[in-house]
Amino acid sequence: MEEFNGGVWVFCEQRQGKMMPTSFELISEGRKLADELGSKLYGILLGHNIEGIAKELGGYGADGVYVCDHPLLENYTTDGYTKVICDVIHEYKPEVMLIGATNIGRDLGPRCAARLHTGLCADCTHLDIDVPKYKEFLRSASTLAPAMIDSIPEDDRNLKMTRPAFGGHLMATIICPRFRPAMATVRPGVMKKNAFDQAKADACEIIKPNFSLTEADMETQVTEVVKAAKKLVDLIGADVVVSVGRGISKDVEGGIKLAEELAEVLGGVVGASRAVVDSGWMSADHQVGQTGKTVHPKIYVALGISGAIQHKAGMQDSECIIAVNKNENAPIFEIADYGICGDLFKVAPMLIEAIKAAKAAK
Amino acid sequence: MKIIVCVKQVPDTSGKVAVNPDGTLNRASMATITNPDDLNAVEAALTLKEQTGAEVVVVSMGPPPAEGMLREVMARGVDRAVLVSGREFGGSDTYATSQILAAAINKIGVEKEDIVMCGRQAIDGDTAQVGPQIAEKLGLPQVSYAADIKKDGDTLTIKRMLEDGYMTIKVKTPCLVTCIKELNEPRYMSVNGIFECYSKPYEVFDYNTLKDDPLIDPSTIGLKGSPTNIFKSFTPPQKGVGMMLEGADKATCEKLAGILAAKHLI
Repeated sequence: MEEFNGGVWVFCEQRQGKMMPTSFELISEGRKLADELGSKLYGILLGHNIEGIAKELGGYGADGVYVCDHPLLENYTTDGYTKVICDVIHEYKPEVMLIGATNIGRDLGPRCAARLHTGLCADCTHLDIDVPKYKEFLRSASTLAPAMIDSIPEDDRNLKMTRPAFGGHLMATIICPRFRPAMATVRPGVMKKNAFDQAKADACEIIKPNFSLTEADMETQVTEVVKAAKKLVDLIGADVVVSVGRGISKDVEGGIKLAEELAEVLGGVVGASRAVVDSGWMSADHQVGQTGKTVHPKIYVALGISGAIQHKAGMQDSECIIAVNKNENAPIFEIADYGICGDLFKVAPMLIEAIKAAKAAK
Repeated sequence: MKIIVCVKQVPDTSGKVAVNPDGTLNRASMATITNPDDLNAVEAALTLKEQTGAEVVVVSMGPPPAEGMLREVMARGVDRAVLVSGREFGGSDTYATSQILAAAINKIGVEKEDIVMCGRQAIDGDTAQVGPQIAEKLGLPQVSYAADIKKDGDTLTIKRMLEDGYMTIKVKTPCLVTCIKELNEPRYMSVNGIFECYSKPYEVFDYNTLKDDPLIDPSTIGLKGSPTNIFKSFTPPQKGVGMMLEGADKATCEKLAGILAAKHLI
C-alpha cells in the first residue's frame, strides 16, 4: 500500500462490551504519534452494540472512532475481525496501526499484517516518529556512543518501533520503510494513559465505515466465552507489587501470607515468579516476567526471587526495587535499588513492622 | 491424515545471555534447544497420532546444523522431517519467514483432514507472529493459544486461552493451531526412538525446491523481501548498582522504611 492518508489508528479492544485498559493506553500513545506526524488519531472499534463506549476514547485523545457494529463481531474471531479491519484499512489507508499485545491482539496483528502485506513489530515498549525525540530516548536508554546517535539523519519519518529482545538484554528499533500501515503490537501496561477529558470525549467523531460480513466469512465458531471466576489480578495498574519466588519453598503458605501482609501495608498486590506459578503455588495471573505480566510500579519488592532475566524483563523498569534474598550473589541485586541479604521469613515480618511504624510516624 | 508441525531451533535464553561489545548477541556462547512451545505442538501432534494414526511431519527453517534438533524431535515419535535451508532465505523477518514456511507446507501438501501446528512463540524473537501469518498465506483458519484440543471427525474443539478466562472454538480441518505449555507435558525421547530417528525420512528443501511456488519471490523472501528492517539495535544501560543494606535485622528494616518514607514512596 503505497499511498496513505488516514493518520494514526488504534485497534480498540473490547471484551463483553467493556473496553480493555490497553485501548486507553494506546490511544494516549497514539495521540503523541499523531501530533509528531501532524495527522489525526482514530480508534477502530469492533463488536456488537458497542457504540456507547466509543466516545470515551475521545477523552484520551482520539479525534474519531470507526465503529464497526455487527452481530457476528460480538465475540472476537480471527476471521471476522481480520476481514473487517483489512477492508476498512484498504478504504481509509492509515499510516500507522497500533494494537495491544494481548492474547487477542497478538492473534489479530500478524493475520492482518500478512493480508495487508506490511510489516508488524511485536510487543513494542517505545514508539517515536520524530528523530530528535528518538535521539533523546537513545541518549537516556542506550549505551550507544553519542557520535553514533548524532549521525542518525533527521528527516526519517518512519515509525520507529523499539522492543526488547532476549529478555531485555538487547533492544531493537524496527522500521517498516516500504509498506503501510506500519503496524505495531504494544505491550499492555507500558504506555502511560492521558488524563481523561470529558469535553474531548463529547467532541469525538463517530464514523460508521461500510463493510460486509456474512456467515460464509466465518471459519471459526466461538461456542462459549468463560471468564475466570476470580477477579483478574491487577498487577499492571498496581503502584506496589510484592512478589515471591522459589525462596518461599520451605513454607509456601506462610511465604505467600507474608507477601500479602507486606502488600497490604504498602497498598499493593502480590505477584510471583514463574517458578512459583509452575509449582502450582499461585495462579498464572500473578506471574511477572517475560511470559507473564510487565509491571512498572513505584515499589517492587522481590522476596526470594533470584532474578533470572525472564523475571527481570517484566519488572526492571519499576521505580524502586527492593530485593530480599539469602544468596548475596543473586542477580536480582544487580538491579535492586535496596538489597537485604537474609532469610525472607525473618526479614519480611520485621519490614512489615518497620513500615507500619514509619507510616504511623508520618 | 497428516499433521505438519513447525519447529524452531533457538538459543537457550534461560541461561546467561551474552551480548557482544558492539551490542549484538553472542549466539556462540549459548546452547541451542528446540523452542519450548514447539515441543508442546509436537506432543499435541503425537497425541493425535496415537488416537487417529495420523502421519506427523516436522518442518523447520534454519541452517544445516538444525538437523540435530530435527532428529531429536523424530526420536520422540515424529515420522518425517523437512529442513528448509538456503542462503536466499537468510535475514527474513516474520512476514518473509511465514512466506517460505507456507511454501514448504504447500510442497508437503495440506489435504482436507490435515492440521498444521506451531508453538505460540519462539523464545528468541518472542513475536508470536509466524503461526498466524502462515495460516493467512495458506488460507487456513487459525486458533492460537490452544490449551486443549479435541478432534471429532473433521472438527476440532479447542480451548483458547485469554488473559481473563478462555473461549471454546470449533474449527474444521484443515486449520492451523498454535500451542502453549498448558496444553500438555512433552514426552522424552525413547532409546528406541533415538536409534530409529536416523533411518526416518529426512529431506532438505532449498531455494530450488521451492522456487516455483508463487509465494517464493525475491521481493517477498529473505532480507530484501522483509517489510521490517532493524533501524538500530542497542543494549540498555545497566541500572546503577543499588544500595546493599548491611545485616538482616530490625535496624536494617527500620533504615529501609526510613529511606522509603524520606523519598515519599510510602
